[in-house]
Amino acid sequence: MKTNLIRIGAALGAVLVAAPAFAQDLTLWSWRQEDRAAYEQFIETFEAANPGITVTFETFEATNYNTILSTALAGGTGPDLAMVRAYGGLENVASAGYLEPLSTETVPALADFSAASLAAESMRSDGQVYAVPFASQTQFVIYNKAIFDANGLEEPQSWADLEALGQSLKDAGVIPFANGTATAWQNETVTFGLGSSLMGKDFYEDLIAGETDFTDERFTSALAAVADVAADYFPDGFIGLDYPSAQQLFSSGLAGMFIGGSYELANFQNQNPDIELGMFAAPGETAEDEKLVAVYFDGGYAVNAATPNKDAAITFVNYLASQEFGQAFANTLNNISTVPGVTFDNPLLGEVAELNQSSIPYLMLAHFRYGEPSGSVLIQGEMQKLFAGETTPEAIGEVLTTGLAAWYEPFQN
Amino acid sequence: MPKLRMTGRGLWITFLIVPPLAFVALFIVYPIISAFAYAFFDWQGLKRLDFVGLENFHTVLFVEPYRSWTLNAFKNNIIVFFALMVLQNGLGFILAYALWRELPGARFHRIAVFLPVVLSTIIVAYLFKLFYHPLFGVVNISLRGLGLDGLAQPWLGQSGTALWSIIAAQAWHMVGFPTLVFLAGMQRIPGEILDAVRMETESEWVKITQIVWPLVAPSATIVFTLLFVGAFNWFELPYIMGGLDGSPFGSTDVLGLYFYRTAFGNVSAGQQDFGLGSALAVLIFLFIAAIATVITVRLRAREIQI
Repeated sequence: MKTNLIRIGAALGAVLVAAPAFAQDLTLWSWRQEDRAAYEQFIETFEAANPGITVTFETFEATNYNTILSTALAGGTGPDLAMVRAYGGLENVASAGYLEPLSTETVPALADFSAASLAAESMRSDGQVYAVPFASQTQFVIYNKAIFDANGLEEPQSWADLEALGQSLKDAGVIPFANGTATAWQNETVTFGLGSSLMGKDFYEDLIAGETDFTDERFTSALAAVADVAADYFPDGFIGLDYPSAQQLFSSGLAGMFIGGSYELANFQNQNPDIELGMFAAPGETAEDEKLVAVYFDGGYAVNAATPNKDAAITFVNYLASQEFGQAFANTLNNISTVPGVTFDNPLLGEVAELNQSSIPYLMLAHFRYGEPSGSVLIQGEMQKLFAGETTPEAIGEVLTTGLAAWYEPFQN
Repeated sequence: MPKLRMTGRGLWITFLIVPPLAFVALFIVYPIISAFAYAFFDWQGLKRLDFVGLENFHTVLFVEPYRSWTLNAFKNNIIVFFALMVLQNGLGFILAYALWRELPGARFHRIAVFLPVVLSTIIVAYLFKLFYHPLFGVVNISLRGLGLDGLAQPWLGQSGTALWSIIAAQAWHMVGFPTLVFLAGMQRIPGEILDAVRMETESEWVKITQIVWPLVAPSATIVFTLLFVGAFNWFELPYIMGGLDGSPFGSTDVLGLYFYRTAFGNVSAGQQDFGLGSALAVLIFLFIAAIATVITVRLRAREIQI
């Protein structure tokens, strides 16, 4: 009897001691409040397959997310897992040593991810990957198919086609492009969503190789062409039109086209379920020029280096890198998953994936957000000046090159 | 010196003073001192590196591009201060005078003038953004309706109009506050003085300049000082209406936005620099403290005891 009691006591004790190892509660931080329902579903799938690990999804305001996350990590109150930004935004958090480096040993699926997507989630200094990339975004031109059909219009093959297209819409009483540039970052979207094919792949490669800078004629002439189109075919007073207003102009069918990212597609469909969307890469000068979209990676899932539940966190990150998750992510969130081998049920996503075959990186984000002043801040302000007629494309080339030379070595001589 | 005895009364006083003192020390004195300390270090994200002395101060004041950003934001703050001095405090004084004289409808107007003050800044900013909408905004629609198409503008998109548009929104929002303070000051003016004036002159102008204005000096001290502090700490309206970058191209940038961007980064810059941010915060703090002291001392000197 007595020994039995001892045995039961020992067994209970063992259970109590082992209990924390069984029930591991993880938290995942995100700035994607709008994706909450989807993530809760992904997490349910994961929890069903991994009993003993529970994950809580918490969201924070997008604009200040990096600040909130790095403050929490610095104060030791950070989450076990966090969605992190890419490129310079990742380095901010990763450079202070708050994130766990990931490798193909801990997350084997990373071996098949594209080099560009992994580069977006690596630090330049150590080349280590710090997050599993989740989505790519594409900057291009989105159009309203019904409006195009009603006016017998087609996707443009050359820059002259694009201008003719704008004129036809204008003549038909439709605003050709919905875009406004009062919201600073929209200037960058407009510039590269419209100008990437004009700048061309050669310019991009020369620039990154350090063989040219932003005073290059291929770059400045593209800016001039973008500004001309904006002046003629953007809404009246577009320099005072902010981002949400521009979105509404397009989704309500008042405008025929919207220069923006693939992230807008789901948005437009939510705002107007009847809208039929098409998309194209803005053309180059001639029909023979390669049509390029600008692609970047959005962010990734990272593990807090100081989490007490590292094994469970790594298990979860492995799930986030799996094809099963990538497929679910693409199907529910209508985003281009970076997981290799994912297929797209949504025909729009299929189209985006096809356009991505011919692309250059979204220039300023991918390469020039690593120092002050950032290329993005410079191009945004300078394009606002250009649209207001207060500078010239050549002057912008100078400002970008000399401004970035403050920290970008290839421009320093 | 009387010996301090821990009598019941002494205990009570200690009990009442210590918590607020601790609160102030923890949440006001400590952050200010740590901001001072942070400003002397190099930072990598939120990780503190080496002690760098005055280098951060030197950078924000003298090294490009920070130098032009600092000067531009500072210049805009000065414009905001003087513009609001006229639009908010000047108008506030006139409104207060009209209310004090009990012109017809004074009771209704007393509430109407103060009502915007209680609205949340977010609501005011959002409303005015809609008013200034280039296509559907009530401002442009009214102008077009009056046949003044030429005056319809993309208000928030032009460097010449953006800051002024936001200043107008701020003045509308807060004009009730100086009005109320001035009105309170005017109501304290003794009736005998006013009766005496009435014997001497009928002129409203003389009454305002010789009697009312000097006698509401304490009210002026309050609203001038608060406006100065407010104008140099301005953040919410330009943040919501112009964005963190002071769009377009820095036209609506003010020290508050610039400090925030520098210390905490924004999506387009991706950089956070606590050292530079803290240096800016310290400079802003010192500037406001110094000038506000001068203003207060100067204005106090002209106040008259009745």
